[in-house]
Amino acid sequence: MRTRRTLMAVTAGLAASTLLLTACSSGDDNPSSDGSGAAGGDASEVEVFTWWASGSEKLGLDALVKVFGEQHPDTEFINGAVAGGAGSAAKDLLQTRLQANDPPDTFQAHAGAELQDYIDAGQLEDVSALYKEFGLTDAFPKDLVDRLTVDGKIYSVPSNIHRANVMWASPAVLEGAGLDPAAKYDTLDDWFVALDKVKASGKTALSVATTWTQVNLLETVLIADLGADGYSGLWDGSTDWNGSDVTKALTDFEKLMSYTNTDRDGLDWPDATQQIIDGQAGFNVMGDWAEAAFEEAGKKAPADYTYQPVPGTDGIFDFLADSFTLPVGAKHPGGTKAWLETISSAEGQTAFNKAKGSIPARNDAKPEDFSEYQQTAIASFGKDTIVSSLAHGAAAPVATLNAISDATSKFTTGASDLAQYQKDLAAAAAGK
Amino acid sequence: MPRNLRRWGPPLLLISPSLILLGVFVYGLLAINARTSMTDMHTAAQTTGRKPTSFVWLTNYGDLLTSPDFQHSLRNLVIYTVVFLGGTMLFGFLWAWLLDRPVRFEGVFRSIYLFPMAVSFVASGVVWRWLLNSNQGENASGLNRLFQMVGLDFLQNNWWNNVNYGIAAIAIPAIWQLSGYVMALFLAGFRGVPEELREAARMDGSTTWQMYRHVIFPQLSPVALSAVIIVGHMSLKAFDLIMSISKPANYQTKVPAIDMYVFKSSFNYADAAAVGVILLVIVAVLVIPYLVHLNRTEKNA
Repeated sequence: MRTRRTLMAVTAGLAASTLLLTACSSGDDNPSSDGSGAAGGDASEVEVFTWWASGSEKLGLDALVKVFGEQHPDTEFINGAVAGGAGSAAKDLLQTRLQANDPPDTFQAHAGAELQDYIDAGQLEDVSALYKEFGLTDAFPKDLVDRLTVDGKIYSVPSNIHRANVMWASPAVLEGAGLDPAAKYDTLDDWFVALDKVKASGKTALSVATTWTQVNLLETVLIADLGADGYSGLWDGSTDWNGSDVTKALTDFEKLMSYTNTDRDGLDWPDATQQIIDGQAGFNVMGDWAEAAFEEAGKKAPADYTYQPVPGTDGIFDFLADSFTLPVGAKHPGGTKAWLETISSAEGQTAFNKAKGSIPARNDAKPEDFSEYQQTAIASFGKDTIVSSLAHGAAAPVATLNAISDATSKFTTGASDLAQYQKDLAAAAAGK
Repeated sequence: MPRNLRRWGPPLLLISPSLILLGVFVYGLLAINARTSMTDMHTAAQTTGRKPTSFVWLTNYGDLLTSPDFQHSLRNLVIYTVVFLGGTMLFGFLWAWLLDRPVRFEGVFRSIYLFPMAVSFVASGVVWRWLLNSNQGENASGLNRLFQMVGLDFLQNNWWNNVNYGIAAIAIPAIWQLSGYVMALFLAGFRGVPEELREAARMDGSTTWQMYRHVIFPQLSPVALSAVIIVGHMSLKAFDLIMSISKPANYQTKVPAIDMYVFKSSFNYADAAAVGVILLVIVAVLVIPYLVHLNRTEKNA
């Protein structure tokens, strides 16, 4: 009995010390960067950190890896995809790894302001030299390159472009409400008339899901009411959040929310899109990744669903982009360079975007390679005014977006009135 | 001295790894966390030392406790804890009392009540998110649809989407999961009462109710106290169930642990740490008196 107890204690002690040892050994140090990370370096492998673990995103990544294998056969691709929470699980892990100086060779991030925190923290290398080397400055639209440039430096390479201001509709529901499914809505006021009719027919007029999709709706309303310049001014301080035109936009947003389904906070975007597919709701505002959901359900436009820019935002392309970075202290910078070359090449972008449903950032992609919706998006991207999406990290840093989301949830659940909402938004944008 | 060493040395050597581990990874990290909470580390640039961080003492605590949004989270936490505690204690006690009498298939009932505890909060949260769907009328589903089917339409409500008391709806699945555990605790308490006492009560001519009321219930108070502490500290740390039913941005279901998560994901480490310390203090207020009490009773025994 006694010996057994001693044995157990020894085992427990040993187990504990093993834990201690592993805890100590995991923090291996990295050579600090010399600032020239864009040049050369170990290209034997590349660990690519993404949240593309399922669905059309995984198909896109697979297509990209295939092109990568052809272009850079000597570099081994290591898939660092982390599933869960629409990227929030991956971002959590990434934050920890960067903090511990153990960065992946490259990681996925929305291009634009979402990178600001990493840039401020000195965790990203400037890759503008690669833009010159790969000829990207000319291949990408100037509007886009301007939006990616921070103090003359560029910190990521976009692999694809999405559009956030798309309105989807169910022709069956619209016909049932006595509306012309092919009608175009030029202004929010025109749209309200149609929404009223759908509501009167007993269907959900506008389907929406949890807070971030409400923020997505909010940003399109802000674009519609303030115009491209006014909306962009919200993020550089030239538009006053407390102004009366913002009040007008928030009033419109409040009105739009009154047409929505009551179970919205428990849903995510596929559920809201599904309501259009199933003919339970008339309209839905969502980014163009919804196209993949319609396709998966075997639906065809314009018989089963229709799309157009959110009323009042025609001629404006509310963009967001996935992009890849070169973290400071990456172990295989050569591999990262190879990866960035593939994802920015015409072949890489074509293969990836065909599978994912988004469009290439390059202006030399051939539209005929893509689906009908994508062709319209490519055409718009080429000629529209480009603005940055708020809900997807292009327009504002994470802290601002979180504060705006909190304020929006507070407003749409009825805990604050419109005046308080506007105050909360102004405070969020000011970073207080 | 050598004798003392021989007596204390080996045991001390054996427990030292766990002592060191506890010291470093629990108390050491608690101290670092408390220190972070008293700095102005609100941005990513400060976490890597790109921008200076200064010591601001209790400013973050003051800001948090006076912010209406954090007060809303604390209020939610209180509602959640009261409903969760009340519900588990009520159902746990009731079931244990029912099973204390000789019942047929007692084992079966016991397992049925205890089983939900084996399910993780995240897994049951996914199911309950659907059950607690807030649609009413034609589009209703989940429990609201069930109420319609059995003709109890007036019971339909918007569950956790109620901005004032929505958080109480999240306590329903928590009650469902943990009542069985509280039942097991109480059942052990009932069984711990010696048969002689029951017999003595019967000899004295007490009715069954009088026997329970005056002989058995008073002896259950230590069990009840343990149950309150165990369920209470779980409730104060509520996070996973809320995350899987609701979303971190949803105002109606905010609690301090969710705030901590949102702060952390915004690189606002100072406020996240401050929320952590506040939670620790709240739990300590509950647990420390209990530990002191336990220590005393053990010494007396």
